Amino acid sequence: MNPSSARHAEAPASQPDAGYLLAVSDLRVQFETSRGTVHAVDGVTYGVRRGETVALVGESGSGKSVSALAIMRLLPRTTARVSGEVLFDGRDLLALPAAHMRALRGREIAMIFQEPMTSLNPVLSIGLQLSEPLRAHLGLSEARARQRAIELLSQVGITDPEHRLRQYPHQLSGGMRQRVMIAMALSCGPKLIIADEPTTALDVTIQAQILDLLRDLSRRLGIALVLITHNLGIVARYADRVNVMYAAQLAEQAAAGPLFATPRHFYTLALLRSIPRLDRRRTARLATIEGLPPDLRDPAPGCRFAPRCAARIAACENVPRLAEIGPGHRSACVRAHEVAAAPEPAADSGARRRPAALPPLLEIEDLKKHFGVAAGPRAAMIRTPLVRAVDGVSLVIGRGETLGLVGESGCGKTTVGRLVVGLETPTSGRIRIDGRDIAGDAVRDFRGFRRKVQMVFQDPYSALNPRMTVGAFIAEPLLVHRLVPSRAAARARVTDLLRQVGLYPYMAERYPHELSGGQRQRVGIARALALEPSLIVCDEPVSALDVSIQGQVINLLESLRDRHALSLLFISHDLAVVRHICDRVAVMYLGKLMEFADRDTIYDAPRHPYTQALLDAVPVPDPAIEAARRPSRLKGEIPSPLDPPAGCVFHTRCPIATERCRREVPELRELSPGHHAACHNIGGAAA
Amino acid sequence: MSALEVTTWKAPLRRSARGLLSFARAQPLGALALVAILLMLAAGVFARLIAPADPVAIDFTAVLSPPSAAHPFGTDNFGRDILSRIIYGARTALIIGFTSSFLGCALGTLLGVTSAFYGGRVDLAMQRFVDMLLSFPIIVLALVVVAMLGRHLIAGVDVNLLLAIAIPITPQVARVIRSAALSIRAAAFIDAARIAGIGNIRIIFRHMLPNVMAPSLIMLTAFIAQAILLEASLSFLGLGVSEPTPAWGLMLAGNAVDFYREAPWIIIFPGLAISVAVFAFNFLGDSLRDWLDPRFRA
Amino acid sequence: MTRYLTHRLLLALPTLLGVAVLIFIMLRVVPGDIVELKLRGEGGNVTQDVVERERARLGLDKPLAAQFGDWMVGLVTLDFGKSMWTERPVVDEIGLRFKLSFELAILSMLIAVAVALPLGTVSALLRDTWIDYVVRFVSVAGLAMPAFWLGMLMILALLHFFNWLPPITFTPLWQDPVANLSQLIWPALAVGYRYSAVVTRMLRSSIIEVMNEDYVRTARAKGMRERIVIGRHALRNALLPTTTVVGLEFAFLIGGLVVTEQVFNLNGLGKLFVQAVTRNDFTLVQGLVMLVATVSVLVNLAVDLLYAVLDPRIRYR
Repeated sequence: MNPSSARHAEAPASQPDAGYLLAVSDLRVQFETSRGTVHAVDGVTYGVRRGETVALVGESGSGKSVSALAIMRLLPRTTARVSGEVLFDGRDLLALPAAHMRALRGREIAMIFQEPMTSLNPVLSIGLQLSEPLRAHLGLSEARARQRAIELLSQVGITDPEHRLRQYPHQLSGGMRQRVMIAMALSCGPKLIIADEPTTALDVTIQAQILDLLRDLSRRLGIALVLITHNLGIVARYADRVNVMYAAQLAEQAAAGPLFATPRHFYTLALLRSIPRLDRRRTARLATIEGLPPDLRDPAPGCRFAPRCAARIAACENVPRLAEIGPGHRSACVRAHEVAAAPEPAADSGARRRPAALPPLLEIEDLKKHFGVAAGPRAAMIRTPLVRAVDGVSLVIGRGETLGLVGESGCGKTTVGRLVVGLETPTSGRIRIDGRDIAGDAVRDFRGFRRKVQMVFQDPYSALNPRMTVGAFIAEPLLVHRLVPSRAAARARVTDLLRQVGLYPYMAERYPHELSGGQRQRVGIARALALEPSLIVCDEPVSALDVSIQGQVINLLESLRDRHALSLLFISHDLAVVRHICDRVAVMYLGKLMEFADRDTIYDAPRHPYTQALLDAVPVPDPAIEAARRPSRLKGEIPSPLDPPAGCVFHTRCPIATERCRREVPELRELSPGHHAACHNIGGAAA
Repeated sequence: MSALEVTTWKAPLRRSARGLLSFARAQPLGALALVAILLMLAAGVFARLIAPADPVAIDFTAVLSPPSAAHPFGTDNFGRDILSRIIYGARTALIIGFTSSFLGCALGTLLGVTSAFYGGRVDLAMQRFVDMLLSFPIIVLALVVVAMLGRHLIAGVDVNLLLAIAIPITPQVARVIRSAALSIRAAAFIDAARIAGIGNIRIIFRHMLPNVMAPSLIMLTAFIAQAILLEASLSFLGLGVSEPTPAWGLMLAGNAVDFYREAPWIIIFPGLAISVAVFAFNFLGDSLRDWLDPRFRA
Repeated sequence: MTRYLTHRLLLALPTLLGVAVLIFIMLRVVPGDIVELKLRGEGGNVTQDVVERERARLGLDKPLAAQFGDWMVGLVTLDFGKSMWTERPVVDEIGLRFKLSFELAILSMLIAVAVALPLGTVSALLRDTWIDYVVRFVSVAGLAMPAFWLGMLMILALLHFFNWLPPITFTPLWQDPVANLSQLIWPALAVGYRYSAVVTRMLRSSIIEVMNEDYVRTARAKGMRERIVIGRHALRNALLPTTTVVGLEFAFLIGGLVVTEQVFNLNGLGKLFVQAVTRNDFTLVQGLVMLVATVSVLVNLAVDLLYAVLDPRIRYR
């Protein structure tokens, strides 16, 4: 029997009352804004059984978070209008008097939010924030509450709980803060926990820890879980049932297995096809969803996905109804039965022709960047801590090659990118472009080699000058360096660049705030291209974009790279995206290189324990595969870069660490041609 | 001006007529303040046409006469018509207010932006300097400048008075603009400009300054208010505008102190004028900020 | 935390030094000669000889460097020289008036905080209601009305309604509290009004900002009563920047109440300042400026200390 449906069948059977714990019917939320009424949630119906894990999947603007806040009645009464019915244990939450709802909140239903950094009060101790609900809801005395708080902290895996009670949020790491949030949610023994993107702000290995913890607690204590996320991998690994939302409405509802195996809505299908896969070799360009989500102020009555759907027909203009397609499987698509027959996207050559053995374009040799290096007597008085952001990294990128740089926070990958581009000056080491060492050059030295290296930034919202038109922004470097003979020539070049990045030429007159995130990112790429660089450093270029837009930008980068024979230094924490676009991959941890090799080698046969743990931690959007995995989870926190471990920086969390690892820093050794790793405990020959 | 918290936000300031109407709808009291200011401006510009009498005309037959048909606001101890003096006083207040606050804001903005852009030792040095200036009450700083420079008239305008009022404004503006500029400095498009080889000066003027314009403008309204108040205070002390120029602060000073207990109207109206002016500018600034800052919208 | 405070202390010293140098330079750059102004100012007719002798006596004929040296030494030994006008030591002149100005500042602060805390909170929580508008109106009015005008109106009102004027001479609080307060309460009210306006506005915008923070949402999600959400979670955070403002404004009250003292005829530091400036009494101006700067630095340090106590992010780095 399929493990995922076994999981699903388990939950109701263990409870005598197989009815729904939470039954949401026709939930609608409208916001009054100065620009009209926004229909943020438009008729959502779903249920959660006791002990079950239900996922609410959607992109930003789909209404998933708003619906959760509406259920908890945490939306401001003045601007939000909520209608519908939300039955919790038989009672309609929307009809309850405010005092009764308040008594329920934090006690029978708890919520966990996305940003652990800001979700805890910075001036109150952990102990106080934990014991608040205990004393308010359960009436515990201060001593009893403190005791219970300690128990809770142990339950969520926090060591030394007595000490932690007296600490403040800023003294804890992101992962620990989220554990505290979970402890707070658990404190009064809830029946349901709503987790709104609980791990989006956390590192990959910490994500896995937190989600495993939630699943554990849910199973052991019989707590139902509503998991709100945009990450389909997380859904595949943890959810029993899934609700897919698009533009404030439900598109599809099913158990996890059937949803991924046989999606019945073209949106679900398109979403699944547009995300890069961690576990497969690259066979084709990403099948992207063109266009943008609709404006929720005046939505059209028909299917909201239709304008972007390749399979739309006339009937799509009718009001969509969630119809039962199979047992427990509902879809709002009129062509639900035809989704299975949709054609596969055309495969391309997959492995693209490896660039010929030309002299390397970028060579980094033993690059080091230490921040906070004390200078002068004053600094000595006030001890400035040293951050070894980059601690001896050596890499080579050939012409036309794409190198992926991956790692979690504090690993130094972003700093490497900034060093290469010239925004930071190295503490030591060499950076050679086309043979010439540019490490000492000022970023402005343009007649030198700086022009050959440009950058695409992560945040499309701060990457453009809000007060310059798109055209002026792109043209600026051309005009400043007099690379075009006249303004008219500059305009022509801007038009050409806009076309290349898939934007209409008239957008040159627009301001950034009139563009969407994806469009802004395209403008950033156009500007990077303007100077005709040989190497573009892409610093998390798609991380801030919606899932369906990510694919568009990735495809764009690929085609531009191929067209202009560019080299790319692709920095990302998203391992699936990196697998899709890169030729070779390097893994960093706390400023040092752990492993680097060909793309397929790294993903299919990683040798370094950190790489292995990293790949284990990332869930794959396929429940069948996920259920069959028995991954080992990495324990412990990522050490602070202010105080890295001695010897091998990874040894504190490494499953195969030995005494030698604590003392000696491992050298980067070549295990097989093109495959390097820095570990004492792995053999020379490939397994 | 610690109550004025400034944020940077993404949409550029809309200067079209549509923007004005939407402002009026969103912030009715602010629009009212704007109207009051425009009236003051009109009074200042068309003073000669509006004022019923010559503001400096002495008339010993009508000394300290209470408000009447001939003199709606009464007369002072020289028999001068108070209403006319107030109307002409608007001109003085606005000229001095606008000029010195503009000067102070421009200097402060440049200082703040440069300090934020270069960072490091330049920033540290400028910050120390600004902190030093900020450790004085505004009036004290103004008095010191006055003590230092004395009077220096150019075309009937006391330039040193303008400086005395502008100088205390500069560090206040610099401090606030610096923090706004720091957040812009951290934005990716500044990095993009540096990578593209664009020079520092151009980055400061083309990329950073335009993005602090919005907060700068709001500060300007608040500091016009401060400038008017400061000028009134200095004139009151006898260290600002001097006789016989009509100035509201001056009207409250000197001889007024001796006579106001018998003839309260000689201080009520000038003080009211100052209050209304400062009030209007402050309220306008507040409303502008509430309107533009997305955090403060409902 | 000790490191933080030491850091702050170390920063304060260069500031004071900078002020000392700056004020020295500024006053020597002045056009016109103080001695001439003093001796000839009132139309007196003195010979150049007398002027030269007076200059030598006041030490103004020494080279600038020597004068600066004297000034620096004087700072350390707290000898600010003699007032060029009254010939009495600067320290004495200041000392006489310090008590009054200090008490006035404290009174004003107490009034301001007592008024601002409830008004600011109410205004923030009842945002956009008529109460909010009234409070905001009254606050802005407090900022707009010149303090001296307000003082004049007060005196007018006292005269008109009670036929009474506040006393002119200062009696210390412990000697005769009634006399003391009947003199100082009025200027304290006038100054306190403006002071409270600044604090009210700051508190209001702080609270509004804090109420939008994530941790307030978390507190509500835990099912806490609104009273606790506001009182325990929001206010404690909103008070942090407000405390800074209270401190900063207080620092400005010592020596900054120039016009108010004039109106109420108080013999305080502000009045002394104006007199010193109008008479070009440099030593007195120097001394007063150093005092004001020192007070400002001390108050800033106190605020920093308070912040460290209130904000655990600073207490435990």
